[in-house]
Amino acid sequence: MFALTQTPIDYHALTESVRSSKSGAVVLFLGTVREMTEGRRTVALEYEGYPQMAEAKLAELESRARSRWPIDQVAIIHRLGHLELGEISVAIAVSCPHRKQAFEAGQFLIDELKVSVPIWKKENWDDGTTEWVHPS
Amino acid sequence: MLHVKFFAKARDVVGSSVSEIPWSDGQSVLQLKQALTEKHPGLQPMISRLLIAVNNDYAADDAAIRTGDEVACFPPVSGG
Repeated sequence: MFALTQTPIDYHALTESVRSSKSGAVVLFLGTVREMTEGRRTVALEYEGYPQMAEAKLAELESRARSRWPIDQVAIIHRLGHLELGEISVAIAVSCPHRKQAFEAGQFLIDELKVSVPIWKKENWDDGTTEWVHPS
Repeated sequence: MLHVKFFAKARDVVGSSVSEIPWSDGQSVLQLKQALTEKHPGLQPMISRLLIAVNNDYAADDAAIRTGDEVACFPPVSGG
C-alpha cells in the first residue's frame, strides 16, 4: 500500500496493516522533522510531490525489495505540505518471517525512497529564509 | 507542442508549474533541456543537475520523447 497524504500519518494503523500470522517480524520506520541541521535551526518543512510518478517509483521499489527479501507485506505513506518540528514526514512498515530480513528490507526501502521517489522538501529556517533541499 | 511539468525549485525559477515547448517527435531529452533553458533562462545555472522524467520514469539524455508523453523537469529528489 502506498499513499501520499496531506494529513498526519496514522502509523499505528499503518503498522497493523502489515501484520499477519505469516510474519514473525514487523519493522516500522518513521522519518520526523528535525530541528538542527549542521548548526542551522529549522522551524518547519514544506514537502511537495509528483504523485503519479511517486506511485510508480514506490511500486517499483516494492518489487525490487521483494526480489531480495521474503517480504510478507509492505506499506509506505509520505506526508506532503507543511510540517512542524517533530511531525512524521514518512512511515514505512514491513513484515517478514524473520527480523534480519525485516530490518534489511526496511533500511533498503527508506534509503531508496530518498534517492528515487519524486518528493522534495523546502527548509523554513529560523531567520525567516526558505531553501529547497537538493542533495548533490 | 510538448507539455512539461515543473516541480520544486525548477517550478519556482520558471514561475509556473507547466510550460509548452515546440516539439518534433523523436527529439531527445538533451534537446529538451536546451529548449527549456532557451525559453526559461533562469534554469541555466541548474540545468546540469535537473532531471527529466518521461512517462513516470527517469530518462537519460539520449532518450527520445514523443508529443503526448508525460514529461516533467525537476531537481534531484529530497523526500524522506
